[in-house]
Amino acid sequence: MALKEPINRPEDDVLIEGQQTYETIGAAIDKVVLFNKIHNKWFYITLGLSACFAGIMLLAITYLLYKGVGIWGNQIPVGWAWDIVNFVWWIGIGHAGTLISAILLLMRQQWRNSINRMAEAMTIFAVMCAGMFPLLHTGRPWVDYWLFPYPNIMGVWPNFRSPLVWDVFAVSTYFTVSVLFWYMGLVPDLATLRDRATNKHAKWAYAVASLGWRGSNQHWHKYEQANLLLAGLSTPLVLSVHTTVSYDFAMSIVPGWNTTIFPPYFVAGAVFAGFAMVMLFAIPLRARYKLKEIITMKHIDWMCKIMLTTGLIVSYGYMLEVFFGWYSGAKGEVELTWYRMTGESRWYYYALIFCNCVVPQLMWWPKLRQRLVVVWIVCVFVNIGMWLERFVIIPMSLQINPLPAINRQYDPTIWDILLFTGTIGFFTMMMMLFIRAMPMINMFEVKDLWYRMIKRGDASVPEPVGASVGGGE
Amino acid sequence: MHAPESSPLHGTVAEFDTPDGLLRAANAAREAGYKKMDAYSPFPIHGLSDAIGYHHNTVPWIMALGGLTGTVTGLFLQWYTASVDYPLDIGGKGIMSLPMFVVVMFEATILFSALTGFFGMWILNGLPRLHHPMFSALNFERATQDRFFLCIEAKDPKYDPEAVQSLLKAQEPLNVSIVEEPEFE
Repeated sequence: MALKEPINRPEDDVLIEGQQTYETIGAAIDKVVLFNKIHNKWFYITLGLSACFAGIMLLAITYLLYKGVGIWGNQIPVGWAWDIVNFVWWIGIGHAGTLISAILLLMRQQWRNSINRMAEAMTIFAVMCAGMFPLLHTGRPWVDYWLFPYPNIMGVWPNFRSPLVWDVFAVSTYFTVSVLFWYMGLVPDLATLRDRATNKHAKWAYAVASLGWRGSNQHWHKYEQANLLLAGLSTPLVLSVHTTVSYDFAMSIVPGWNTTIFPPYFVAGAVFAGFAMVMLFAIPLRARYKLKEIITMKHIDWMCKIMLTTGLIVSYGYMLEVFFGWYSGAKGEVELTWYRMTGESRWYYYALIFCNCVVPQLMWWPKLRQRLVVVWIVCVFVNIGMWLERFVIIPMSLQINPLPAINRQYDPTIWDILLFTGTIGFFTMMMMLFIRAMPMINMFEVKDLWYRMIKRGDASVPEPVGASVGGGE
Repeated sequence: MHAPESSPLHGTVAEFDTPDGLLRAANAAREAGYKKMDAYSPFPIHGLSDAIGYHHNTVPWIMALGGLTGTVTGLFLQWYTASVDYPLDIGGKGIMSLPMFVVVMFEATILFSALTGFFGMWILNGLPRLHHPMFSALNFERATQDRFFLCIEAKDPKYDPEAVQSLLKAQEPLNVSIVEEPEFE
């Protein structure tokens, strides 16, 4: 089949821009890994700063292990506070990665190819941060293995009728499957790096990590089957994980938690925050590393639209929460709803509504979706808003109780704050190390996309060079 | 180093610069009656498995079996621990409270299936294997970058170096070369 003539289309309607070959596409992506000089001082400043915060995280954990969870602001009746808020927030951040890599793969949304690798890495690091909080929250992290069922001399088993035990299974499965899926996607690209690396040590490391991948069609055949099925498994998995997280609350009888809207509303909130986090990283990286032809404005535009959609679902969730509070007729629920809007912590609630319901409405305007600064700021607001949402749900619902005598205002301590900012530093540090050592965009999928675009006549192909051309008769 | 006639052959390799060229050559080779061949490309090409006549459906089946094993394991684990070995009545939900067991059964299904798929796929592919005769083929480092290779292997009963060479040359490749089996001391 002959290569078709390029068709002139509006620039923003193309998934890979410019005149490309498989070689230029690969080189655009792997230059970030193979050439040290491409990283300027901003890379090292970000890496160093985030490493400092990761150090603070280690400090906060060390002191916590030494003193115990009493150093946090958690105090009965507010037994779940920042630690659980951070856990839910981080898990939610991770969900966009799986959504992009799995659900969009199943729906044959080819635009995902440019962003899935970065989003998957984000998932893994976010779940690492998330998992840390409940493990530390147990108070005796050195016996956390008690969470898993194993025959023991105490003769007891985990209580499988508790959503907290479900959570252990959901989150550990999610982490394992995310790592497998991510590594499987990396292997062919690591083989490309093995063949392109000039540094001897780098070549050796990539050769070992790529397991000797040689691009055989018989391998690709099984690889594609396994990849598609893993995507099929990850899709219900990601929905189940945040559903299970929401069961931690929804299955209890605490006013404000015992709501049937929680599972879908938590999942939508996770996707909402996750896409915001993807853009928070993708926008500066595509500018810094000249990846604008691969992560195009079309990608940003679609991610903004998904953020807007999930933002509206979340807003609907807030409305239903108020409705349920009123319609339940239960005194506790009514009081809690009023307390959120008029109590001493009401500003958290109004800030949440502003960040999650008002600010994202800017994304209705196509012009604003093209202003990257605006998009980036909206993403910051969304991430803050989603953190506030979990804060409003978790500690605020515990602050008031059926017995007013035990009502207690929650205040975080410096250790809560240090541990949380520390995890943000750890996450950023891992992301920076990841883009330094591994291709942040899936090269083989982008090349595949390019081939499909040529087939469809969407791509602008340079004149073929060389004596014998593989083109048609 | 080795005289060509003294080394066992791995096969004859043709290099193409487009997926379409590779597809056409693979179809031609299959129609000419060759069975033992493999193609090498930087990304999966749809229709290439059919072109080289490769069919393989073990991965989906082992993943299904893995998933089923997970479901049964999850159910057995919870039934045994919560209903037999240490029965507890939690909130009047009963001793064999199946609805409460669904989440862990589901997660175990996914976990077992994913682990089977991941490790099974690598094992079926014979990876990790850091050495392979194909790595000595001309330009083969570009098989993971921007070139497309077809190898008709010497173990094919119809294999004849001359005939294969002329068949591949007719497909307008960039070049055709011979790959030997490496000799290990």
